[in-house]
Amino acid sequence: MIELKQITKIFNEGKSNEFTALRDIELTLSPEKLTVFKGPSGSGKTTLLSIIGCMSRPTSGRILMNDREITSLPERFTAEIRRHTFGFIFQNYNLIKGMTVLENTMIPAYPEGPDYQGLKKRALDLLQRLGIDSKTNQKVEYLSGGEQQRAAIARALINNPSCIIADEPTAHLDTDLALALVDIMADFKKEGKTILIASHDPLIFEATAVDRIITLRDGAVIDQGNVS
Amino acid sequence: MQWISRQSYFLDYALSSLLRRKWKNFSLIFIYGLIIFMISSVLFFSEAIRKEAEFILEDAPPMIVQRILAGRHELIPETYMTQIQEIRGIYKVTPRLWGYYYHPASKANYTIMVGNNGPQNDDEITIGNGVLRTWGTISDNQLFFKAYDGETIVLNITDTLDASAELVSSDLILVSESTFRRLFGVPEGFSTDFEVHIRNLSECPVIADKIVRILPDTRPILKEEIERTYASLFDWRSGYIIVLLSGAVLAFFIFAWDKATGLSAEEKAEIGILKALGWDTSDILLLKFWEGIAICFTAFVPAVIGAYIHIFLASAPLFEHALKGWSILYPEFQLNPHINAYQLGVVFALTVLPYTLITIIPAWRVSTTDPDTVMRQF
Repeated sequence: MIELKQITKIFNEGKSNEFTALRDIELTLSPEKLTVFKGPSGSGKTTLLSIIGCMSRPTSGRILMNDREITSLPERFTAEIRRHTFGFIFQNYNLIKGMTVLENTMIPAYPEGPDYQGLKKRALDLLQRLGIDSKTNQKVEYLSGGEQQRAAIARALINNPSCIIADEPTAHLDTDLALALVDIMADFKKEGKTILIASHDPLIFEATAVDRIITLRDGAVIDQGNVS
Repeated sequence: MQWISRQSYFLDYALSSLLRRKWKNFSLIFIYGLIIFMISSVLFFSEAIRKEAEFILEDAPPMIVQRILAGRHELIPETYMTQIQEIRGIYKVTPRLWGYYYHPASKANYTIMVGNNGPQNDDEITIGNGVLRTWGTISDNQLFFKAYDGETIVLNITDTLDASAELVSSDLILVSESTFRRLFGVPEGFSTDFEVHIRNLSECPVIADKIVRILPDTRPILKEEIERTYASLFDWRSGYIIVLLSGAVLAFFIFAWDKATGLSAEEKAEIGILKALGWDTSDILLLKFWEGIAICFTAFVPAVIGAYIHIFLASAPLFEHALKGWSILYPEFQLNPHINAYQLGVVFALTVLPYTLITIIPAWRVSTTDPDTVMRQF
């Protein structure tokens, strides 16, 4: 369970270009559910996901994860939380060019120093499950958009996180690939993972697997409700 | 075990990261290697030449006595020997005959002396390896000399000198006493200087004082004074080169700083991605540390090997004139390798440590920001 209490995020505070991205957000995110954050560009979806995922700190407010306050934890603890709890799928995939699909998939596990063979097997299993095992040794820049997306998903799952955070995951995908992604997310939800997706793609928030849609506008939650 | 495994992942990633930016890193390694090569060459050279000097002086007599006339070194009458020998504490005084011979064909000065182990016959000579290399007009193992009065003297080479102390033996020609006198016109009863052997070496300064009191036109030179002169001479020369090189070293570090602080947008984005994926600041620094180490060693090892070849196999063509010579006519010689851990440590400390530090700082600056901030910039 993730609780956000009066979360506010201000960029460039005190400067002439000060910008309030989030205002007094109050949310409780249940585990093992697929939640979609919906809203136009600039509504604060990505900022909210990055705060939930410990990638940035709120200007004010508190975040509780399973009743444990994580807002003011030192950087090394938040990095550990990112590594173990969250798996990130970015809008632009953010795969590291020049490295193979397999290497990209294994990167999040490096700081743990796991046994190489075990890690490789885990990565290969994920790539096989996502249907890109034939591209294992190919450099990521030579993959299609859909393949890059899948490589990014495999990377997000390598540390077996309990929560997957995806920021506009269908932004660069055609309809078929977007639907396939929704299916993959639905499968992960069935396995007990919490899924948080920021999107303004109807394909996503109209999907049957979605449990809850939270609508943001100008940095504030304007609607939140469970999907029947 | 996990620690080793963790390091190997970071090292593996660091190498892959360097290979992904191979042209940028190749240029860095090339210039870096050049600087290490120059510094190593200076240190190897000065140390080797100092060792040669120490080796030469090992068997040197504790004192040399020369005669001074109008402030210049003059031939010394052998009658002085008797007066010196009477001083208590001295057990032997030996006259020495030596001088320099300029050979126009090879445009070099050679040292000619009468040695204890030199040739016995008047038409024979023993020569150093440098003479063989440079003389240029050797035929039938014979060397032609022009005496002080213009007479041509032909001498036969019967032996060559041990190459273990090339600094001295390289240009050395040993002749018999009568040949020496005939070549330079040194009259009987005169020598170039005297070797003075003393029983108790701690009395050397006292005995030197006594010699000057009895024979005011002489100048005793103590072995320790020669050692000091050699040491300061080579220290000064290597220092001189290092000062000249310091400009290049500084330029390199400015270049490296620029390369390092100017992390490309791609590199900054990569750090942001890694942080977003759960790497923390210390992981990024560890990665940059391994990158720095990989660059350093890739530059360091070939540069040090190159410096070794340059100094000990190729006779230091780049700066031999600045470091070697009393005279630019001094013939070529090859140094014997003398490298120790201290020298390598100095080169390492002067080059590897500063580089590693200056590359870690900018990486630290980028990696301490929130990954979200880093990623939003691109």
